[in-house]
Amino acid sequence: MRQPSQRAKTADKAATGILYGIAGFFLVLLAAFTGYILYKGIVAFQPEYLSFTRQGIGIQFFNTVYLVVLSLLISAPIGIAAGIYMAEYAGKGWMTRFLRTCIETLASLPSIVVGLFGYLVFLVMTGAHWNLLAGALAVSILNIPSLATVTEDALEGVPEYYREGSFGLGATHWQTITGVLLPTAMPRIITGIVMAAGRGFGEAAALLFTSGMSSDVNFSNWNPFSLSSPLNCMRPADTLAVRIWALKTEGVEANAAQLSDLSSAVLILMVFVFSLGSRRIGARLERRLTGESKGNEK
Amino acid sequence: MNNKSMFQKEYLGRTIVTIAGLFIIVLTISIGAFLFYRGTATFTANHHSVAEFLFSPLWEPAQQGSGGKVGAAIFIFGSILISLFALVLATPFSIAAAIFMTEISPRLGKRVLQPAVEIFVGIPSVVYGWVGLTVLVPFIAKVFDLPYGYSVLAGSIVLAVMIFPTITSVSVDAIRSVPIEYKEASYGLGSTRWQLIHHIVVPAALPGILTGVVLGLARAFGEALAVAMVIGKMQAFPENLLLSPTTNLTAEITADMGNTTLGSEVNNALWSMALLLLLISFCFILIIRIIGKMGANEK
Repeated sequence: MRQPSQRAKTADKAATGILYGIAGFFLVLLAAFTGYILYKGIVAFQPEYLSFTRQGIGIQFFNTVYLVVLSLLISAPIGIAAGIYMAEYAGKGWMTRFLRTCIETLASLPSIVVGLFGYLVFLVMTGAHWNLLAGALAVSILNIPSLATVTEDALEGVPEYYREGSFGLGATHWQTITGVLLPTAMPRIITGIVMAAGRGFGEAAALLFTSGMSSDVNFSNWNPFSLSSPLNCMRPADTLAVRIWALKTEGVEANAAQLSDLSSAVLILMVFVFSLGSRRIGARLERRLTGESKGNEK
Repeated sequence: MNNKSMFQKEYLGRTIVTIAGLFIIVLTISIGAFLFYRGTATFTANHHSVAEFLFSPLWEPAQQGSGGKVGAAIFIFGSILISLFALVLATPFSIAAAIFMTEISPRLGKRVLQPAVEIFVGIPSVVYGWVGLTVLVPFIAKVFDLPYGYSVLAGSIVLAVMIFPTITSVSVDAIRSVPIEYKEASYGLGSTRWQLIHHIVVPAALPGILTGVVLGLARAFGEALAVAMVIGKMQAFPENLLLSPTTNLTAEITADMGNTTLGSEVNNALWSMALLLLLISFCFILIIRIIGKMGANEK
C-alpha cells in the first residue's frame, strides 16, 4: 500500500480537527439555545401564569393539546390509508407518479399558504368565524403528506418473506396488510404520528387565519354546544405558538415578555418530550413486535 | 372466516385506501386551484400586468376598489435575499456536520448529533423568532452600532439555524448511500480519510446533498413568522444588503391579510403573493426531480 504524502496527512488531520470543531459548535449552540429558553422560562415563572385566564397560558395549553389531538384524528387515518395505497396497491403508471408529485408538493407547501387555503375554504366558504376545527383541518393538511410517506416507507421496510408467508396461508392482500404488514410496521408509523403531533404543537403560521389569535372560554361551562365551552371546537382558539406571535405583534399585557418566555419554555419542553418519546416508543414497540430481547438494542 | 365475502376480505379495504390516495390528489389540486383563482384576480379583475407585480417597487394598492399600484418587487427581493444569505450561512456547516456524522464519528453522530438535529427540527418557528427578537436583534444592534438590530442579517441567521437540520439530515442519507466499494477502493489506493471524503464521498453524494440544499431553500422561502419577527417589516429595499431592515413576501402576507377585505385590490395582491409562494415551492420540487434524474443517470 502506498503511503499518503506528508501534505495529505497534514490536510487530513486539519480537516478532522475542523469537522470536530463544527460538530462541537452545533452541540454548544443547541445547548445554549435550549438552556437559554428554559432559563428564561423559569425566571419568568409565576404561579398565576399557569391559570386558565387571560393572565395565564392554561387556556392556550388546553387549546394546543385539543387542536393537535383533533388534527391527528383527521390526518392519521387519511395519511396512513394513503401510505398503504402507495406501498401496496399503487401501480407504476402516471397516476402513481402524479400522486407522488402531489404528496411532495403538499409536503413542501409553506404553512402560511396552507393557512390561507384553510381560511378561504373552512371559514370564508362556510361562513364560519375563526374556529378550532378549521385550525385542526389546516394542521391536518400539513401532516397528511408526512404520515403517508412514513407509512409507505415503513411498509416497504417489512421483509418480503412476511408477505409471502401470509399469501402462502391463503390470505388476501388486504388481510396480509392488516394482519401482518401493519403490525410489523407499526413502530415506525407511531414514531411518524408522534413527530406529526410535535409539528402540530409548534405550528402557528397556518393557524393565524384559521383558528384565530384569541380565545374566550369559560372553564366552568362544559356544555359542548355552548360557544364559551372549552370543548366546543367551533370557537376561536389560540395555541401556545400563536400566543407568542400575538403577544409580540399586538401584545397589550404588561407581562407580554414573561408570558412569551414561559410559553417558549413550555414548547421546548414539549419538543424534548416528543422527540425522546418517539424514540422510546419506537424502540420499545420494535422489541415487543420483533420478539428480540432487551440486550439486542443498538 | 371463510364465510366472509371477498368484498370484506379484500375489496372494501382496497377501495378505502385508494380513495385516500385520490383524496390527496384532489386536495393538492384544489389548493392550487383556489390560490390560482384568488391570486390571478390582481391581473384579471384589477387589470395589473404580471410584469408590474413582479418588477415594480411601487406598493400602494387601493383598500377599496381598483386604481392603486401593486408592485411586489420589494417583497420578492427581500425573500430572495434573506433565503440566499441563509443558505450561504447554513450549507457549509450542514454538509460538514453530515460528513462528521457519517465518516468521522458515526458513533457520536448516531448517539449525540442525530438526536440534536431532530430537536433542532422540532423547535417551533415562533420560538426561533422569539429568541432572535430578544437575543439576536439587540446583539446585532450593539455589535454594528445600529439604532435597531432588525435586519436582513438577523433574518438570515434565524433562517440558517432553521434550515440547517433539513440540509444535514438529507445530506447524511445521501452520504450513507455511497457504496462501500468506493471507499474500500479509495483506501486501497492509499488515500487519507480527508482525500476519500473530498474526492470520492462528497462528489458521489452530490445529487443528494444538492437535494437537501434545495429543500432547505424551499423551507427558508416559505418561512413566515420567525422572519417576520426579526426583519423589521420596512417597506423599502434594504440600503445595506446585510444590516438594513426590509420585508419579504411571507411577512407582508401575515401582517396585512387580516386587515383587508376579501376581493379588494390590496387583498387580491396579497393572494397573488401567496400564489407566487406556491409556484416557487412547486419549482423547487421540479428542481429536486431534475437533480434526482441527473444523479440516477450518472449511476
